[in-house]
Amino acid sequence: MRTQANRRNWGARLVVLVPYLWLFVFFLVPFVIVLKISLSQTALALPPYMPVFDFAAGWAGLMEFTAQLSADSFRLLSSDAIYLLSYLKSLQIAAISTILLLAIGYPIAYGMARAPRSWQPPLVMAVVLPFWTSFLIRIYAWINILQRDGLLNDVLTRLHAIDAPAAWLSSDTAIYIGILYSYLPFMVLPLYAALEKMDETLLEAAADLGCPRWKTFWLVTLPLSLPGVAAGTLLCFIPIVGEFVIPDLLGGSETMMIGQTLWTEFFSNRDWPVASAIAVSLLGLLLVPILFYERLQQRSLEGSR
Amino acid sequence: MADGGEAAQNNAANEQSPLVRFEAVTKRFGSVAAIESFSLDIAHGEFFALLGPSGCGKTTLLRMLAGFETPTEGRILLDREDIDAVQPHRRPVNMMFQNYALFPHLTVERNIGFGLRQENATRAEISERVTEMLALVRLQGFGRRRIDQLSGGQRQRVALARSLIKRPRVLLLDEPLAALDKKLRAETQFELMELQRRLGTTFVIVTHDQEEAMIVADRIAVMNHGRLMQVATPSEIYERPNSRWVADFIGEVTIVEGRISASGAMDSALGQLRVAGTSGAKSGGTVWLALRPEKIGMSGERPAGELNKVPGTISEIGYRGDISIYKVRLADRSLMKVALANVGVRGNARFKAGDLVWLSWPPDVGVVLDS
Ligand SMILES: Nc1ncnc2c1ncn2[C@@H]1O[C@H](COP(=O)(O)OP(=O)(O)OP(=O)(O)O)[C@@H](O)[C@H]1O
Ligand SMILES: [Mg+2]
Repeated sequence: MRTQANRRNWGARLVVLVPYLWLFVFFLVPFVIVLKISLSQTALALPPYMPVFDFAAGWAGLMEFTAQLSADSFRLLSSDAIYLLSYLKSLQIAAISTILLLAIGYPIAYGMARAPRSWQPPLVMAVVLPFWTSFLIRIYAWINILQRDGLLNDVLTRLHAIDAPAAWLSSDTAIYIGILYSYLPFMVLPLYAALEKMDETLLEAAADLGCPRWKTFWLVTLPLSLPGVAAGTLLCFIPIVGEFVIPDLLGGSETMMIGQTLWTEFFSNRDWPVASAIAVSLLGLLLVPILFYERLQQRSLEGSR
Repeated sequence: MADGGEAAQNNAANEQSPLVRFEAVTKRFGSVAAIESFSLDIAHGEFFALLGPSGCGKTTLLRMLAGFETPTEGRILLDREDIDAVQPHRRPVNMMFQNYALFPHLTVERNIGFGLRQENATRAEISERVTEMLALVRLQGFGRRRIDQLSGGQRQRVALARSLIKRPRVLLLDEPLAALDKKLRAETQFELMELQRRLGTTFVIVTHDQEEAMIVADRIAVMNHGRLMQVATPSEIYERPNSRWVADFIGEVTIVEGRISASGAMDSALGQLRVAGTSGAKSGGTVWLALRPEKIGMSGERPAGELNKVPGTISEIGYRGDISIYKVRLADRSLMKVALANVGVRGNARFKAGDLVWLSWPPDVGVVLDS
């Protein structure tokens, strides 16, 4: 009996171990490598930085290696305004688009959750349908739509909304359009999941107690959907901050988002240490909202116990 | 003086006119009729029960009264006024939902105070009434708890308090005790009755537990397939059911088929039975005699006296603690149910399966039914 229970215990522990193993291999190890590069210096060599860690040198080698590490790249980041501006630009674009995504996504998710049961699977399908074509192709399609003799200008001039074709491409507007379009499913799906599992008799109970419909939304529906709001916000905000493809293809060249800056450092300047330092700082920056969300979830978990 | 007299007269008229009236109400979902030409009056201050098997339309009836469904045909009057156009949140009716429908993101206090807060009551007033309600349902000290920190019985009390705080004209209770265990349920039934008497509010309770309906209600409406079968006091429903269906639905019963003879007795497969109350039934047509098991006597020898007497063999004994139910096989192979209280320490140990016994009952305990 006892050994059997022990064995089952081991099985349970092994299952718990799998996600940690995953995190270790696919997050922690690469992160440590990037961190190491960020503390190195550029060099005209292969790989283009030094020192390079040599396992064969043993303990003495490790000591020597550690002595050569420096925080120069991080110092550079804080001294040149271009990096700070990139970060701010990224945060600004991510914040504004996340708010817009919420404003657009919530009514869509709400409508889906309140639609007749039999309509809901096709509606969910419709939301994820864009994923069936390549992301790059969809962004190229937007270039087509937004360019000077593109579809958007065509339609707007025919509707007499504008007199002359406007320049949409290579602007922040184009970035926002691309982001809103690409990230909408990531906002809608968690919101839909939260709204869909809400007990509809709660709405009737509120009405029964004298609460008009619009007020029921604020007092019952919205508070109960907050976990969905938090999940959707994180799912959009974090990847948007690091977004590279959309601003690169649709945006202008005045200010770059941090993803573009990183790319430039890495491929144009071949400055791997600075590129790594940008990535490490970005991660530190993004850790704040993630930890905040974790705390929030922890609290709601404890509350529901 | 004259005015006062008139007002008093008006009041009296109000008291007499029903608080709730269903007028030929029909409700169809698509082609399915959940309620069919249903007419019913519920009086002021009554504890009224809607009783019927699952799916007979009890919840639908309550939801129409609360305003969540609109009748396909017919009218519902509250205090003599058609409430068809009144939105749910404006009706002076509150409902305790079948699954309680408590707000999971609010504390007990906030749940109970929810209705008052919609009326723009002052904070002081809300907190006073909430405290009062917590005391009423004996949940003092639970105000700050979250709903998921409560037991099933406590949730049920919160739901009750929440639906009572606005002092509704009618309180609708949809199977309020279904989730409770038997003991707690019995206790709560008496608490509900006491509460209703104290508040004087009209309660309409939905249940498919006939015992519960009989215990708590002043009057019961028995429903089947969306139709009203009988409305009467619990004892009338039990003692004088108006159809075989009602007799069979409420409690245990044995039904004997027969015809009324010219002499007023009933000819059946068990021989000629003396019955009472056949004046309405036309002689010659098929009628049914409904006999409650506890009204039938059982003895080893043929009893004396002006009784209906039939011999039989005990085929099965169901021991229930307080009583035992005996199924007795009669001469025509039919079974008759007899219930005897287990008064002695050893109960009715003298009767065993297979014993030959005599069953007897006075002519007036059976009910003759023609439908
Ligand atoms: N929204 C609806 N759409 C279609 N049919 C419905 C709807 N609501 C109820 N019905 C049908 O109406 C009938 C009565 O339902 P109702 O819920 O009133 O029964 P009930 O007496 O409360 O049953 P229970 O004791 O099981 O709660 C059922 O046949 C049910 O299937
Ligand atoms: Mg029901």
